[in-house]
Amino acid sequence: MFSKKTLTRGATLVALTATSFATLAEEVNIYSFRQAFLIEPIMEKFTAETGIKVNILFAKKGLIERVKREGELSPADLVLTTDISRLVKLTSQDLTQSVNSDILNKNIPTQYRDPENQWFALTTRVRNIYSSSERVGPVEITYQDLAKPEFKGKICTRSGKHPYNVSLVASVIAHEGEADAKVWLEGVKANLARKPQGNDRGQVKAVKDGLCDYALGNNYYLGKMVNNPKQVSWAEAVSINFPNQKTTGSHVNVSGVVLTKYAPNKASAVKLMEFLSGDVAQQMYAEVNYEYPVKVGVKPSKLVASWGEFKADTLPLADIAKQHKAAVKLLDEVKFDL
Amino acid sequence: MSAFSVDESGSFQHLIDTVLLDYTLTTLQVIAGVLVLSLCFALPSAWFIACCEFPSRKVLQWALMLPLALPPYIVAIVYTDLLDFSGPIQGFLRDFMGWQSVGDYYFPDIRTTSGAIVILALTLYPYLYLLLRGAFLGQSGGLFQAARSLGLSPFQAFKRVSFPLSRSAMAVGLSLIAMETLGDFATVNYFAVNTLTTAVYDTWLELGSLTTAAKISSLMLLALVILITLESYSRRKQKIYQRSGATHTDLRFVLSGWHKWTVLSGLWLLLSLAFLLPLCVLIYYAIGYFSESLNEQLWQYTLNSFWLAIIVAGLALLVALVVNFYQRLSPGLAAKMCIRLSSLGYAVPGTVVAIGVLIPFTSLDLWFNQQLIEYSFSRVGLIFSGSLFILIFGYLMRFSAIAVGSIDSSLAQVSPTLDMASRSLGQSVGQTIRRVNFPLIKKGMLTAFILVFIEAMKELPTALLLRPFNFETLATYVYQFVSDEMIEYAALPALLIVLMGLIPFIVVNRLLEKDC
Repeated sequence: MFSKKTLTRGATLVALTATSFATLAEEVNIYSFRQAFLIEPIMEKFTAETGIKVNILFAKKGLIERVKREGELSPADLVLTTDISRLVKLTSQDLTQSVNSDILNKNIPTQYRDPENQWFALTTRVRNIYSSSERVGPVEITYQDLAKPEFKGKICTRSGKHPYNVSLVASVIAHEGEADAKVWLEGVKANLARKPQGNDRGQVKAVKDGLCDYALGNNYYLGKMVNNPKQVSWAEAVSINFPNQKTTGSHVNVSGVVLTKYAPNKASAVKLMEFLSGDVAQQMYAEVNYEYPVKVGVKPSKLVASWGEFKADTLPLADIAKQHKAAVKLLDEVKFDL
Repeated sequence: MSAFSVDESGSFQHLIDTVLLDYTLTTLQVIAGVLVLSLCFALPSAWFIACCEFPSRKVLQWALMLPLALPPYIVAIVYTDLLDFSGPIQGFLRDFMGWQSVGDYYFPDIRTTSGAIVILALTLYPYLYLLLRGAFLGQSGGLFQAARSLGLSPFQAFKRVSFPLSRSAMAVGLSLIAMETLGDFATVNYFAVNTLTTAVYDTWLELGSLTTAAKISSLMLLALVILITLESYSRRKQKIYQRSGATHTDLRFVLSGWHKWTVLSGLWLLLSLAFLLPLCVLIYYAIGYFSESLNEQLWQYTLNSFWLAIIVAGLALLVALVVNFYQRLSPGLAAKMCIRLSSLGYAVPGTVVAIGVLIPFTSLDLWFNQQLIEYSFSRVGLIFSGSLFILIFGYLMRFSAIAVGSIDSSLAQVSPTLDMASRSLGQSVGQTIRRVNFPLIKKGMLTAFILVFIEAMKELPTALLLRPFNFETLATYVYQFVSDEMIEYAALPALLIVLMGLIPFIVVNRLLEKDC
């Protein structure tokens, strides 16, 4: 297709560009599973403070495979992602390196980082059960309740295969074992008002439209909907409930960061990690994205705080991540999405 | 961390035990549905446009291709917004009829297999329309007239003369649509329809089994290749070369009375549903959120998309010409394989293609850098897999099929006797191609270029995963918002995708019209 000459020329040209980039000022490269516009304001702050430029590549699928294939040549310094299973996947495939930073250790409580310091959580989020404020009101409820016959035709959720739901199922497996989890999941499936579809906001909308009375959804979506002129009426139609308060506590997932094994800009990358765990960034995560900061002492946003204190599931995140595959398979077995 | 160790053996069996049958049936259902519906849209419209005369025919002739410029996932979102419970249509019905809640009435749910079929057919039928119209136009009108004068009704003449003559074009068009449907993930996923593509994603990205994912992909492709081969085998004896002469253009039926009105309303309805309505919704959103969505980078993203699409379209055309002429000059199994191979990428979902091309090119990069170090140069990094090179290559893998198919069907109409005559008059192979073949397939070449250009403008998953840092196309930019269900913010860049797709379209159309 290309002549050899063109190929060589092209390669030289690209090589020159690549090397000239490398000699530029300090920078950090991020592969991000999170939308760029969510984290850009935080990165801009970082650049303003340190002068280090941040490059972000955002995609929702395949980034782990890309880092893996690129091996020691990968330009990525950090991978930013939501969901514990992805953090553990990166670590277990030997794509990360440990970071020994006093700042990180001080800012991030032990349960929110890998025992070997391979991954670090930056924010936590709760898998809530929303209920119709008109037809149900605030309720004391457990994830287990969702399988009870009286909830028949009343529940909405996004695809079971979405990482947030997979992790919830994994946590149930971790608590109750696979057999009980299967009975539970079959029960939930039988109670669904419609085939799993859309995203978490879509479920809240469905509650507003009267399609169902209960919906699974992460806490921060409510914050975002309250601040979206088109969606505020959806938000007003639901009450937010923290499940399992009298039992195991609400299922909590994280967003986090890893330093890649071959990070070319290690020093700057660690600086950015430290920045992300620090007061300024943690506050921004809380205010802009309505997540719970991991750093002790940083308050959640006023809105999030107004939902009240809650008891979180204390099961170590790594234990939940271990059940990830079992959860995916269980979702297939009960044909949750079909 | 055994949970993430690669489990190759169990996952295929797991799929067979659980959801594989459901996924397969749904996939077949979706493909069959999209093919039948596309045929229902494309066949009559192509024939009426090519063979009949009625008001607004000249506009419709190109306008019916416009839906190609709309990304299917955008159309899916727009229609869901319009048709779901809180959308304007159901809202209007409730107000009008005094219904209160969901239980009071029945309204078809768009997020179903049928919904996905309709949306895919609405966005994909233009491929078939384009090829069929070309085929009908190319048929000499004399044949049809002869059939009529021998006592056949127009419908019989169509069935027994025009239809068989267009089979090759129909086969190419339908197989393009089948491939695009197989490769689609975004639309079916949005409609919560689980197909084999879902299985590919789940096994590869969630269960970590590349082998199983590859197995499913290969089975899907194999089924498709068998179908395409069967089809071409069934018409192996049919070789049709047209003599130019009186074409339908000179002998169009003039429609009148209720015929005219039926055809007119049918075609305009199709155009409205497939293009005008979604376009209006996008314009409405874009105006409402204009100040929020207009920014300086938008221009840069537009340029990125544009140049990328131009380069990819040019290269795809080149690939198509090479493999097609290879087959024409030395036909045989090898050439056939070449054509089939160059086309397969189209049936594979973009993310799978993307990871697929990452594998060889990262290996190449690692090898290349190793060599550099051995000869004591310094490393240069990922010059293939970390640059635009791999992005362009990934696009080519995805879209060569369209160019190959388009050149194939237009070259099929050029009789080899012309080549023979040219050769016997002392022209070399190259001269024959340049002076005889090229002018005759000019239209096909332009079509190939345009179609790949438009597809490249819309392409999302390949771009998302293979792009270098700080490189956005309009599609990846749109996706940032769409993935967060903020279609309003995505409307302006989505409109730009459509507009950029229209430009070459209009230019080429001008060129073609001058020709006629």
